[in-house]
Amino acid sequence: MSDQIVLATKKGTLILDRRNGGWAIRPIAQPGQAVSYAARDPRDGTLWACMDNAHWGPALMRSRDGGASWEDASRVVYPKGARYIEQLIPSPEAMEKAGKPIDYKPAALMKIWAIGFAGKDQPGVIHAGTLPGGLFTTRDGGGSWELNRPLWNHESRGGDLFSGEATSKNQWGGTPAAMAYGEFVPGIHSVVVDPRDSNHIYVAVSCAGVLETRDGGKSWAGCNHGMQNDYLPNPEADWGHDPHLVTLCPAHPDRLWQQNHSGIFTSEDGARNWNRISQQDVGAHFGFPIAADDKDAKTAWVVPLQSDQARMTISGGLAVARTSDGGASWQSFREGLPQEHCYDVIYRHALDASGDRVCFGSTTGNVYISEDRGETWRCIGNNLPPIHSVRFA
Amino acid sequence: MPHVNFTRHLQTFFPTLKMGEEVPGASVREVIAELEKRYPGFALYVGDETGRLRRHVHVFVREEPICDRDELSDAVSQGDEVYILQALSGG
Repeated sequence: MSDQIVLATKKGTLILDRRNGGWAIRPIAQPGQAVSYAARDPRDGTLWACMDNAHWGPALMRSRDGGASWEDASRVVYPKGARYIEQLIPSPEAMEKAGKPIDYKPAALMKIWAIGFAGKDQPGVIHAGTLPGGLFTTRDGGGSWELNRPLWNHESRGGDLFSGEATSKNQWGGTPAAMAYGEFVPGIHSVVVDPRDSNHIYVAVSCAGVLETRDGGKSWAGCNHGMQNDYLPNPEADWGHDPHLVTLCPAHPDRLWQQNHSGIFTSEDGARNWNRISQQDVGAHFGFPIAADDKDAKTAWVVPLQSDQARMTISGGLAVARTSDGGASWQSFREGLPQEHCYDVIYRHALDASGDRVCFGSTTGNVYISEDRGETWRCIGNNLPPIHSVRFA
Repeated sequence: MPHVNFTRHLQTFFPTLKMGEEVPGASVREVIAELEKRYPGFALYVGDETGRLRRHVHVFVREEPICDRDELSDAVSQGDEVYILQALSGG
């Protein structure tokens, strides 16, 4: 069970330390700069912050002294010739382009949305999921980063656009989360490494679905069987899904959890098959984050919102829902959480669990923690900047 | 040579940047390429890896915003004042 929490916020990185039964917030790092995601590498203790500076672009910073000082890591850049097929949000302008030849755009890094650490079998290996939809890997602890070309060139994205024209239909749609960057592009927000084998990696893409490699990134395949969406003519299409976050149970890695635009899903067989496990009468359906228990394959937490149309707390108060039976049923917990005039929204990376502790942070700058597996809560920070990620260190 | 002025915000990342620094170059692209030599990493702060200016960065030459934000081909001349500034944005 971790005694430290790392927050990525709109104004910098915050570290909270458990001290004398409470949680002490350190002075902010990178003051004034937006951070999209921050986490600690469990292999060597390095802290990583994905900088999301609106003026000066995305970058990575790291701290090798527990957060006392931070340094720039090398930049993540798309290689020359990397292109993607332009996506347009539905609009009159987009309709004018309907039926016309596709346009290609040169790829440039817009955002580092999440990073995923390989296991101890691959020291120094870290993966970064980005907008506009590329996965990058460093093999030397951040000294240099390389685009994963098999995924970038995947047939679901139109094939190898380095070499020429598209050879297949692009199945990756843009994510509304990209609109702040001026483009409607896909993004990789979940990079999940199998703790048994670091060559086995899942990524989740908004909006496409989940893909998997079992050979360290040399080949990729979609794994969306059983997924359902509520916004396409074919609810069981291979692609077009909108995972909000995918995670797994470290002790039972074939158990995956997915909070999706169209509800909550789980897989018990390593993403071969997904089952929708939403329970709308207790509010467990729409939301962004999901956290898996470290050890128990049947336990996970979500912080639900009303619906995709009303991205607000349910009944005006915050609630956390937990399943302890693999999604057969959900319990909703509200004790210790504000229950009126509450408009907190929890972003996809802003919920985490460690042992009996569960913690989440909100767009309105509040941090809540439970130390009894989500049943009772207390606020350990408010008036903070909007919180983009919460990770136990 | 052109003189280059910067938003002070850039000194957060490049503390030795000098206001009004003389930088050789016949175009904005060449000026930024020279700044990259003097301050490694500078080019990726003001532009992305394709070379185009970042969305919320402005470059002015002789008090006029540059026209070519993609290739930075706008000409600069001896004695020109070049300004690299933050666009107004944020919250």
